[in-house]
Amino acid sequence: MNQALHPSGITAPGSILPDTGKPGFGIYLHWPFCAAKCPYCDFNSHVRHTGIDQQAYIDAFRKEIGAMRTLTGPRVVTSIFFGGGTPSLMAPATVGAILDAVREAWAVPDGIEITLEANPSSVEAERFRGYRQAGVNRVSMGVQALNDPDLKRLGRLHNRADALKAIGLARDIFPRMSFDLIYARPDQTAQAWAAELEEAISLAADHLSLYQLTIEEGTPFHGLYKAGKLIVPDGELSAELYELTRQVCTSHGLPAYEVSNHARPGAESRHNLTYWRYGDYAGIGPGAHGRLTTGAGKIATATERHPESWLKLVAEQGHGMTESTALSAAEQADELLLMGLRLREGIDLRRWQLLSGRSLESERTGFLIEHGMIEEMGPDRIRCTPAGMLLLDAVVADLAT
Amino acid sequence: MTNTPLSHIRNFSIVAHIDHGKSTLADRLIQTCGGLAEREMSKQVLDSMDIEKERGITIKAQTVRLHYTAKDGELYVLNLIDTPGHVDFAYEVSRSLRACEGSLLVVDASQGVEAQTLANVYAALDADHEIVPVLNKIDLPAAEPDRIKEQIEEVIGLDASDAVMISAKSGIGIPDVLEAIVTRLPAPKGGTVKDPLKAMLVDSWYDTYLGVIVLVRVINGEMKKGQQIRLMGTDARYTVERIGVITPKLVIMDSLGPGEIGFITASIKEVADTRVGDTITEDKRPTAEALPGFKPAQPVVFCGLFPVDAADFEELRAAMGKLRLNDASFSFEMETSAALGFGFRCGFLGLLHLEIIQERLEREFNLDLIATAPSVIYRLNMTNGDVIELHNPADMPDVVKIRNIEEPWIKATILTPDEHLGTILKLCQDRRGIQTDLSYVGKRAMMTYALPLNEVVFDFYDRLKSISKGYASFDYQITGHEEGDLVRMSILVNDEPVDALSMLVHRSAAEKRGRVMCEKLKELIPRHMFKIPIQAAIGGKVVARETISAMRKDVTAKCYGGDATRKRKLLDKQKAGKKRMRQFGKVDIPQEAFIEALKISD
Repeated sequence: MNQALHPSGITAPGSILPDTGKPGFGIYLHWPFCAAKCPYCDFNSHVRHTGIDQQAYIDAFRKEIGAMRTLTGPRVVTSIFFGGGTPSLMAPATVGAILDAVREAWAVPDGIEITLEANPSSVEAERFRGYRQAGVNRVSMGVQALNDPDLKRLGRLHNRADALKAIGLARDIFPRMSFDLIYARPDQTAQAWAAELEEAISLAADHLSLYQLTIEEGTPFHGLYKAGKLIVPDGELSAELYELTRQVCTSHGLPAYEVSNHARPGAESRHNLTYWRYGDYAGIGPGAHGRLTTGAGKIATATERHPESWLKLVAEQGHGMTESTALSAAEQADELLLMGLRLREGIDLRRWQLLSGRSLESERTGFLIEHGMIEEMGPDRIRCTPAGMLLLDAVVADLAT
Repeated sequence: MTNTPLSHIRNFSIVAHIDHGKSTLADRLIQTCGGLAEREMSKQVLDSMDIEKERGITIKAQTVRLHYTAKDGELYVLNLIDTPGHVDFAYEVSRSLRACEGSLLVVDASQGVEAQTLANVYAALDADHEIVPVLNKIDLPAAEPDRIKEQIEEVIGLDASDAVMISAKSGIGIPDVLEAIVTRLPAPKGGTVKDPLKAMLVDSWYDTYLGVIVLVRVINGEMKKGQQIRLMGTDARYTVERIGVITPKLVIMDSLGPGEIGFITASIKEVADTRVGDTITEDKRPTAEALPGFKPAQPVVFCGLFPVDAADFEELRAAMGKLRLNDASFSFEMETSAALGFGFRCGFLGLLHLEIIQERLEREFNLDLIATAPSVIYRLNMTNGDVIELHNPADMPDVVKIRNIEEPWIKATILTPDEHLGTILKLCQDRRGIQTDLSYVGKRAMMTYALPLNEVVFDFYDRLKSISKGYASFDYQITGHEEGDLVRMSILVNDEPVDALSMLVHRSAAEKRGRVMCEKLKELIPRHMFKIPIQAAIGGKVVARETISAMRKDVTAKCYGGDATRKRKLLDKQKAGKKRMRQFGKVDIPQEAFIEALKISD
């Protein structure tokens, strides 16, 4: 608590520790509630109209953090991330209490990245100072669009004015700030997107997440799409939009360091790098996923998705984990490839070969290199080329088969 | 029991077009003569295979011995041989017909004479049959017996004035049919029981309990249990173990005399050991001369059959072995294809035969198969004087060593309602047909064409049915080989030839066929990371080309936080999908692409 309340360096950009290039150990905390469900979203989020007893969740989070600590042993945390759902529906005190619990469990050095996902509605923006005081030093906001008709269509509760205000506020309060936009929306032209993107870059600090709209099964958008009532850009246009996005961002000094993530060099999300570098991360809270290296090798964990069931489970057994599976070397090799090739920095070949038992000296790799899908970066590293990034799923399937 | 005197035996067969009611009439005759009790009558007793019942066709010849007391008060033995009606089995038909002296010609009283009626009636006339016309379905509102009678007289040249009018379905006129068999069909001619044994091997089939059962027609002499017999064509010797007649239950007898039709078993291992049309005689007292016209079955259409799942190869081999037990005319040998892996090159009597075998393998043995394009037998005259029979385009030797190529031709007879004549003429013309005759039978046009068989094996029949809305009928017979300007067309995917898709085509049709094939493959092969040229080539010359453009975008935008499991499961699905494809060079070709591409239609 002391550190969080310490005012020194709060807004100085250098207050977050730099990336060491290592996979690291991240803590992911899932807050599963939203004010409303967005029609494109298939994340684990739930709407409750009767109010949420945040204290009950604080207690449960504390318990599960303790159980997770038993599993991991003493470790040094490199990042903390509150995801959701909508974590900005949490009271700042709740965030603070959970961070305290994390600090009690593991070593949390000063200055590590602590991110909270937030919605840019006016009510939530009011809590920004509280989050900062609780120790959060980075917010990632779900802005999604910068015009009202699209915001409405995407089912968002905020409007353009709210978004602009929240972005300004976040820039003032947090050392690091990022926001998300969804593009390749229904009826979106390349021209309109380019203009919107230019505006977004002018508003952004040093990080932007730019996701193409994906129609996920089980969402209202999927139903509309199947019924032919939602028309999204075809393969050709969405490829064009993707290329355009990379080009505009790069020209403004925000190159893509991952498929959909752009940052000024040095401002990459430390926490997300842990996922993509296939590091360890503890997944805590309802429906959280984790990867932990234990005495039994690398394990995959998942917790109960339904919030109330998770609460009950934690009360009964001290944690809400419903899955804890050891991953075979081949599964790890696949995951390393799936996550790692998303990064501009590519993957460490020695690590992949050790897990997969295969060498990249195969015909297949030569073929992918020859066709400009992947490139070698010295003897021990490969990465996708920009062209390969556009076909990443096919490239990964090719290498993994 | 003594043998029935020749004068009281009638051996007959029924010839008809599909659906004109042949099997229903046969069932009625069996029922009327008390061959089976009511409860034993399943619909169409004689078509015993499911596939025969479903398609309304007869594949194996069947026989039944009936006892009929005629109006003259005498008891007659009537032997009905039900023959396969389809041209693919023309040789079997001709042998079965030779075992009889007469035929009932069944014609649908509203539909009239069809192409198959003609082919079968000519086969019966060839066998010197006396023919009794029977008009069936006379109780239907659309029946026009007078018009159809005229048609029979006009087209076939048979006197139809005293045609028997029946409805096999309603049981009308059945006694008249039986009486006509006795009074109008001749008794068998033949020698006596004292003569040396001479019998015809009419057909054979495999029975799980009894082994191979042979259907025989005795001409001279007597066949008995314990007798040492000799099959003259194969020079094989056996001892008769069981002898009897089929009612259609197997009924054991002591012997069969001249004119009689029945069965024997003799510890014969495989149906392939018995050849339809062969002469059976007594080993120690043989007949002076064998029956004429015996020839072993020769496949005329070939195709490769491959299991969709390579792991099913052994199962496919076993299934083919089992089918061959009962069908010696179907041949197979192992084949490997770079595209399709291990499979078999199979020979068939015709397209229907091919379809039946494929369907039985899939249905009775639960196998998923890929069939390559059907091919005929090409005769290659080589520059060094050798003659090579080629039935797999993939085996085509270097063209510079070939002097010329001959291909089989057929005489095709097509009957169609007038309004479809134009489109059918065009179809025949497109398939290199040469018209030899065109005449009218009432409002129906009857045309005969000389056509290359390789143009017919390519979905000709399906096209004919579709452009005539099902009203055209078609029959053919092979007339011989003729030189043709044939070329091997290879299909190259990403510059590599795909052996399973290569074919021999006439030079004039090559470009069009190549274009259609390339267009189809373009639709069927999914986009890859790179663009894929698809070419049809003759020798080194490309005659058609399409390009599958490269995939534009295939990347998951969002990574679902740390849920790597979800991504990995998607990857596993992708991997499984790739396994179902055939890898060809760098290109993955889905199984369906082979199946669909070979279903060429123009």
